[in-house]
Amino acid sequence: MQLYLPIADLPVNVFLVLAMGAAVGFVSGMFGIGGGFLMTPLLIFIGITPAVAVASVASHIAASSFSGALSYWRRRAIDPALASVLLCGGVTGTALGVWTFTQLRALGQLDLMIALSYVVLLGTVGSLMFSEGLRALMRTRRGAIPPRRTHNWIHGLPLKMRFKRSKIYLSVIPVVIVGLVIGFIGAIMGIGGGFILVPIMIYLLRVPTSTVIGTSMVLTLVTMLFATLLHAVTNHLVDAVLALILMVGGVTGAQFGARAGQKIRGEQLRLLLGLLILSVGIRFAVELVIRPEDLFTIREMGASG
Amino acid sequence: MRALLAALLVLLFGSAARAERLIVSVSNHRVTVTPNYSGEELVLFGSVEKDATTPADRSSYDLVVTVMGPRADMVTRRKERTFGIWINTDYRQFLQVPSYLALFANRPFDRITSPEIARRQQIGLNNVLLTQRVSGDFADVVPNDAFRSAFIRLRTQRGLYREDASAVTFLTPTLFRTGIPLPAEVPIGTYEVEIKLFANGAFVGKTATTFEIVKVGFEQFVATTARQNGLVYGLVTAAMALMTGWMASIVFRKD
Repeated sequence: MQLYLPIADLPVNVFLVLAMGAAVGFVSGMFGIGGGFLMTPLLIFIGITPAVAVASVASHIAASSFSGALSYWRRRAIDPALASVLLCGGVTGTALGVWTFTQLRALGQLDLMIALSYVVLLGTVGSLMFSEGLRALMRTRRGAIPPRRTHNWIHGLPLKMRFKRSKIYLSVIPVVIVGLVIGFIGAIMGIGGGFILVPIMIYLLRVPTSTVIGTSMVLTLVTMLFATLLHAVTNHLVDAVLALILMVGGVTGAQFGARAGQKIRGEQLRLLLGLLILSVGIRFAVELVIRPEDLFTIREMGASG
Repeated sequence: MRALLAALLVLLFGSAARAERLIVSVSNHRVTVTPNYSGEELVLFGSVEKDATTPADRSSYDLVVTVMGPRADMVTRRKERTFGIWINTDYRQFLQVPSYLALFANRPFDRITSPEIARRQQIGLNNVLLTQRVSGDFADVVPNDAFRSAFIRLRTQRGLYREDASAVTFLTPTLFRTGIPLPAEVPIGTYEVEIKLFANGAFVGKTATTFEIVKVGFEQFVATTARQNGLVYGLVTAAMALMTGWMASIVFRKD
């Protein structure tokens, strides 16, 4: 069934988009991430312009992280204090990100920046995660005990605050900065940032695993809602019809993914996720390096007067 | 008073010197684009009316029909290999160019009239004025300019620019018709149709008509709201996201 997307200005097959939403939802439910880093590239590959893809995926991630956040809230697995501090940075970062997005779009370099960010970020995170997963897998094979975590330089920073539910005593500076960075790249790349945020919170901020996913979902939810709003106001690029189809597919797929994820061991899960992230990054890199089919592109400049 | 009379006479004789009158009509003056619209073809038909002053030797006519969609500013960018990757480097702005452009004739443009008249009357895609901003200046460039030809090529690929020198058919020596194909992703707005009449290579007259393309339905409502009420649209989308998420958490709640 063909449906005309009003903002993307493109007819698409509803079932294709629904299936994409469900597939990404499955993966995101399995790994406990938002899945934006998969959704945005998929939309770009089916011909939706990167700008519209990034802006529309924001609302899709908001939906999936809201359903996730609700269930974590019921299980008291969200640290409200930590979430609010993260959000101070997150909201600012999102605003900066959308502003940068608009500037890059005017310069005609948005598509390039999106592709480059994907290559750099996914390449780095993917290889780190993959190698870490591989090491962990080898350790368990040999039966060795994982090295005990120690405090790092981050715990020596001033402005410390007690986060009761997470049972940590931590400076607000790194927390705000992490929120800022995630909000910024999220708005530009159309990702929730969960797949970067969760490792950062675990390894750098030493947030316990009991609250880490729920709290990161709150950050994702608010920054993505805010990004949706800003993209809609400044760039008029949010395709609500596209977003709705993605959401419905996504939240459904996520439920089955979560069940599948419980059957796989943690290290294997990380290894798989690392591989997945890495392959998306490589896909973008290849796109940049090979000669494009057409060197010229046309774009209409705003609403003509 | 005398001056006015003189002016009136000139006007009268001026029009009389034309000798032919073109009468045209489009099959549909208002095309509605619905969600399952997948292109359409309009038909333009008309006739050449001769009067007493028409020279007797004018037996065959040539017609050029130009259809121009709503105008918009566009930018064409060129990618170049920089540091091993392909980057948009150079660009040209095309100012107020038609978003849809079709040129139809009953025989090849170069056989209808001389290159000089073709240029003046903008006959053929190579002769249509496409204003570019070239370092602060406004001008059209030579037809084989890389950006201009790429622009026309890309628009043609999308079915938005076209040139067909056999689309106009004369049913009788004076009665003619032509189809105006509209692609699925047709720009909405007012379309101008200009019909130019040639006889023995000389431009003898023209007439114009318009038609309108409007989008209707839910999609159009969404697109208009997004453009005009960005904030409301954003809020509704955000609310929709929350609703979907909430519904999912209820439907799939594990009790």
